[in-house]
Amino acid sequence: MADALVVAELAEDGKLKKSTLSAIAFAKQALPALGGSFSILVLGSNTAQPAAELASYGAAKVYTCDDPSLAHYTAEHYAPTVAELAKKFGLVVATATSIGKDLMPRVAARIDAAFASDCSAVSAEGGKVVYKRPMFAGNAYGYCQLATPIQVATARQSEFEPAAPSGGSSPLEKLAKVAPGAAASRVEFVSLEAVKSERPELTEASVIVSGGRALKEKFFEVLEPLADALGAALGASRAAVDAGYAPGDFQVGQTGKVVAPSLYVAIGISGAIQHIAGMKGSKVIVAINKDPEAPIFQLADYGLVADLFQAVPALVAELKKRKP
Amino acid sequence: MKVLVALKRVADPDNANKVKIAAGGTAVDTTGLEWKTNPFDDYALEAALRLTENGKTPKKREGEVVVVTIAPKEAETTLRAALATGADRAIRVEATDGDLDGRLVALALKSIVDAEKPDLVLMGKQAVDGDSNQVGQRLAELCDLPMATFAATIKEENGALLVGREVDGGVLTLRVKLPALVTVDLRIVSPTSVFSRLTEAGFKYNDGVRFAPLPAIMAAKKKPLDVKSLGDLVSGAQLSTHYTKFERPPQRSGGGKVKDVSELVEKLANVSKVI
Ligand SMILES: Cc1cc2nc3c(=O)[nH]c(=O)nc-3n(C[C@H](O)[C@H](O)[C@H](O)COP(=O)(O)OP(=O)(O)OC[C@H]3O[C@@H](n4cnc5c(N)ncnc54)[C@H](O)[C@@H]3O)c2cc1C
Ligand SMILES: Nc1ncnc2c1ncn2[C@@H]1O[C@H](COP(=O)(O)O)[C@@H](O)[C@H]1O
Repeated sequence: MADALVVAELAEDGKLKKSTLSAIAFAKQALPALGGSFSILVLGSNTAQPAAELASYGAAKVYTCDDPSLAHYTAEHYAPTVAELAKKFGLVVATATSIGKDLMPRVAARIDAAFASDCSAVSAEGGKVVYKRPMFAGNAYGYCQLATPIQVATARQSEFEPAAPSGGSSPLEKLAKVAPGAAASRVEFVSLEAVKSERPELTEASVIVSGGRALKEKFFEVLEPLADALGAALGASRAAVDAGYAPGDFQVGQTGKVVAPSLYVAIGISGAIQHIAGMKGSKVIVAINKDPEAPIFQLADYGLVADLFQAVPALVAELKKRKP
Repeated sequence: MKVLVALKRVADPDNANKVKIAAGGTAVDTTGLEWKTNPFDDYALEAALRLTENGKTPKKREGEVVVVTIAPKEAETTLRAALATGADRAIRVEATDGDLDGRLVALALKSIVDAEKPDLVLMGKQAVDGDSNQVGQRLAELCDLPMATFAATIKEENGALLVGREVDGGVLTLRVKLPALVTVDLRIVSPTSVFSRLTEAGFKYNDGVRFAPLPAIMAAKKKPLDVKSLGDLVSGAQLSTHYTKFERPPQRSGGGKVKDVSELVEKLANVSKVI
């Protein structure tokens, strides 16, 4: 019998990130194979509030580790503490956010554990945990088992419905930070230039309006009214980001964010393999493109062949007609 | 500065939708697809070249760039291409993809790092066949190196690098003292994303990676290429990640068209009920 450990994630302002709830969901789904319970670890400089929040999800324990050096996340400071606690567990999981992706392989290496990244499902087979992973830009799914005593994984946020609070109150346990190696003294957090937005987070939005290279310098001018009308988050293709029309954290795709909203509106996006990998899980896909042969149309539920600079304002006007 | 760049060859990522699943679902079959250098590794090489030159005089290498791959003999074309583009030396560790998982690749690369003692290890953030995104982070831990993953910008300072990383909420800047490890993201090959200490502040590179001129391709054949065996680098090299099954994802049934925006809104509201 073994237990699972969920590594929680805090935002820069110290609040619990909702993405953590996907890792909890993952841990719960892995428990039938492990046979044990799950606990949660939260690290930061002031974990009291998020720990209290996490105590209502049915965890056997919520471990906290508070230290001024943990105020800003760096893998070099976080990994030793996570790895030390991991030794009591059979499986350690975080959500595949930019922090989860950065931290968990480093943790795995520290305890010589095998690692399954960005899993889209987890199941039990003959008492073993089986990890399902998208590979080749989502064109194949691989099912793998990890043969090390401790296993490490990250969960793809869009594939795991956030766990719901189950009431009760898990016991808290404080941990001292484990002294890091030499690497930690050689890395320094300088700054975080946050992209400020009143819109929902891309990975949590139920509607996304996404723009491609065709938008040019009018990316925001054209797309914001539509995003406003739909209450949507804004996304972008790589080409739009590379050209500087949209910020980097807008990028949807194989190597950007993976999203699965109920509505994804792709505007002036051709539908390259790498882009599709990040959005094909969307419930309904709309594409607006002037090229009737654009590959995005093969995927779209509703394709509109049109010049976006005319079609988007017309769409905004049409939406406004409905919702006065 | 001495830079070690890890390169992997992958089945042509622009045709990844043509991968097949072998009968019985036991393997991914990429026959018919060309081998290409993992795009992120091409970018890592470009970043390594930019860090070891003055942008104005790219033919003059200031320092050394060593490339390494863990792959079968045919992958030497990948290494020769890197040598033609500007790398000085290459190392190939003999192994097939089936012999490897992220843990073993990192262990093998650690022994290369121990022997070569580079100031900087540069690699791709992920190999786009397995989409695993783990080797760099593992290697940094094994070598106790500070790391900056998903780098979009690198600026060399005295004995350190200032690295801009693309993270979920924006751009996070870290300073890592050398020796260090950096994994690169797409934007690292933009015109003003990498500055060595020699390159002037206003300098602009061409967008993307550089290409090898024909004479360099000939000359690259004479550059040193060492071959090592995986067993010599990692004792008892045993896989710990076992794939038991592969399958194709379900296909979407798309292809529907609407004639104008009012039909679109009508469908979204009354058929799909998403607005
Ligand atoms: C290693 C690697 C990783 C990558 N990762 C990603 C990723 O994560 N995400 C991603 O998106 N891409 C990624 N890419 C890039 C990808 O291959 C494509 O290059 C990119 O998605 C193209 O973006 P686009 O569709 O905006 O541009 P284009 O392919 O240039 O398409 C523009 C489209 O706009 C249409 N258009 C032009 N004008 C108008 C108009 N007036 N009205 C309507 N339509 C118009 C055109 O018909 C065309 O279809 C990656 C590439 C590599 C090599
Ligand atoms: N077989 C290999 N040989 C050399 N480098 C590799 C190999 N596999 C992975 N890498 C490096 O590790 C990075 C991340 O790969 P991965 O963790 O497999 O997604 C790649 O971009 C390469 O730089």
